[in-house]
Amino acid sequence: MDDLDDFRNDTREWLAANCPPEMRVPMRDESDACWGGRNPVFKSDSQKQWMEAMAARGWTVPDWPKEYGGGGLSPAETKVLKQEMARIGARNPLMSFGISMLGPALLKYGSEAQKLHYLPQIARGEIRWCQGYSEPNAGSDLASLQTKCEDKGDHWLVNGQKVWTSYADKADWIFCLVRTDPAAPKHQGISFLLFDMASPGVSTRPILLISGSSPFCETFFDDVKVPKDQVVGAVDKGWDVAKYLLGHEREMISGMGLGGQTESLGAALADALAGDPVLRADVARFDVDAMAFRAMSERFIDELKAGQAHPAQPSMMKYAGTELNKARHELVMAAGGSNALEWESERSNKGKAAREWLRTKANSIEGGTSEIQLGIIAKRILDLPGA
Amino acid sequence: MPLYLNDDQAMLRDTARGFIGEEGAIAKQLRHWRDTGCKDGFGHALWKQFAEMGFTGILIDEADGGLGLGHVEAGIVLEEIGRNLTPSPFLISAVAFVAALKGTALGARWYPGILAGETVAALALDEGPKHRPEAIAMRAERSGNGFSLSGCKQFVVQGASADVILVAAQTDEGLTLFAVEKGARGLEVEGVRLADASIGARLEFDGVEVDADAVVGEVGGGAAVLARALEAGRAGAAAELVGVGGAAMDMTVDYLRQRRQFGRLIGEFQALQFRSAHLYSELEIARAATLKAQQLLDEGSADADAMVSVAKAKAGRAAQLAVQEGVQMHGGIGMTDEYDIGLYMKRDRVLNELFGDPAYHADRLARMKGY
Repeated sequence: MDDLDDFRNDTREWLAANCPPEMRVPMRDESDACWGGRNPVFKSDSQKQWMEAMAARGWTVPDWPKEYGGGGLSPAETKVLKQEMARIGARNPLMSFGISMLGPALLKYGSEAQKLHYLPQIARGEIRWCQGYSEPNAGSDLASLQTKCEDKGDHWLVNGQKVWTSYADKADWIFCLVRTDPAAPKHQGISFLLFDMASPGVSTRPILLISGSSPFCETFFDDVKVPKDQVVGAVDKGWDVAKYLLGHEREMISGMGLGGQTESLGAALADALAGDPVLRADVARFDVDAMAFRAMSERFIDELKAGQAHPAQPSMMKYAGTELNKARHELVMAAGGSNALEWESERSNKGKAAREWLRTKANSIEGGTSEIQLGIIAKRILDLPGA
Repeated sequence: MPLYLNDDQAMLRDTARGFIGEEGAIAKQLRHWRDTGCKDGFGHALWKQFAEMGFTGILIDEADGGLGLGHVEAGIVLEEIGRNLTPSPFLISAVAFVAALKGTALGARWYPGILAGETVAALALDEGPKHRPEAIAMRAERSGNGFSLSGCKQFVVQGASADVILVAAQTDEGLTLFAVEKGARGLEVEGVRLADASIGARLEFDGVEVDADAVVGEVGGGAAVLARALEAGRAGAAAELVGVGGAAMDMTVDYLRQRRQFGRLIGEFQALQFRSAHLYSELEIARAATLKAQQLLDEGSADADAMVSVAKAKAGRAAQLAVQEGVQMHGGIGMTDEYDIGLYMKRDRVLNELFGDPAYHADRLARMKGY
């Protein structure tokens, strides 16, 4: 216990000295996040400084082993670091699908050479990754994907199309599910492939969403050549990697239910609730749900680190967290009234409330719909019968 | 501290699960006492066994002969009580009452009997049909060396069989709690059977005289004593609700795996799968919130009070969903007295009202957060 107290004191001191004051105010929206990448765009010097300081300690990925660019912290130390960052309101130094999704999959399924090559780049924020999973005819039924990957002896040749590829137009590399054996049953014959988005034959087209923004793209592969050593796990066994990674994606998306750093939605909306007892009651019930879910997140992460979580528990977290986040934004819109309807004005910060509200509707669709998650819980956790 | 049970706590859970699952089973306790019309509504022999197991001393300091454990451990026992619908004085006597007396001179008077499984305590707080502890109106006037109590209380769980009743009343100095002994002159006790077959009581105090040494803590210092009783009782009731809801869900899911209609198991129907999965999710979250509240109480954290209200509200709603889905998914058999699922529905209703329902606690949380 003493060691952990020492660690907490050292961490507190280091954060006080190294986290710039601008990085201790909550992000206003997704555009405030730091994504790194080959050609990183920093909003401010302090954002760059903060990411680099954290990366130098391996604290962008505190629980990864040091040899892969991580901090080598124990679960207890990682929790202390998170608590100390939350205490001063420190922003996440690096948003990254490499950290939240690909990294865990590489740690479990990657070869030693792949780990040594890709993981440190992720930890330092040098490569921005995107995820090539869904296709026009493979959404909830992901395993029916058709993107073709042929063995051409000294390389793979990829042809096909992905859709809902988050930030494909800004990403440097893609981790992608491709079909290497078209004759095999659909869950077999899939491989997990990594390649450079700058490869000839890769093109992207942003999709305009109801929120007015374009976080997702259509991604096209036209005779893309990929080196042979860029398959993760065994050829034709990519579905195992894909499922494992989905667990981590769901975990990440479930975090959205925590709603940034606002501890009480009602406290933030107090003025609007004063004359509206029915809405106040709805918000109070929401706050109960949100604080309870916050405890669930803490329990889930603790159990995960201790190897005690049910393997399908990320589905529960994803379901509950995204439904909660949608409920939050419905309440924010209701409390905002017609102010929250303004779409372009400076007064409304260019329609921030309305655009975020619409954005959250994707939460319960992306990464497996709520219905897919409920089906997984029913079969894998509750052991209910049926296909 | 990680938010799951440590090794010692997991061991206690296994012990409690085995013991209460056996000795506290529905047929052996709840149905037995209900069907024989027991006036207490619980078995004193089991209360003794709880003492022999050490359960009644969980929250009592080692210096006072207890185990010196915390709310997490009390909650472990309560979850098993909830799973088995075991009628027991444990929640009120060994959790809320013991917590109320903590650090007061009256611990020495009442703890030994609770440790021995001989004493039963009750809390007389509510004065109307809803839990409103901030609006206690009952009066205690100075009289001779002590006080004279007048007024009415209701929903006094185990009040008809209690050896001692903790009574909240207003004095000129403010809210004060009194430990009133059984048989006090001027105290009318009407035992009332509740929907779940437990026995509550309506109490009428008509100038009941108590000595000054019946005051728990300080005269006018009742708020702190009451707060200790309520936070312990609420966290405990939340844990029992998690047990009630969890067992109701397990029974129901089990039924879905066995019952055939239209030539297949009804558990294959997506409509029932989705509702079951949603229920699972709600109960998991309720369990986490409850454990968090218990840990914060044990740490003495300033955040405990808010989290206790979150836990009571969330566990109440999750258990309510579990018993309602339970009866509905069982269909007609769920409406029969012979089948246990309906007993869970009744117990849930009582526990939801005890120490404040989900609406009360959502409102309480909102006030704490300033809206």
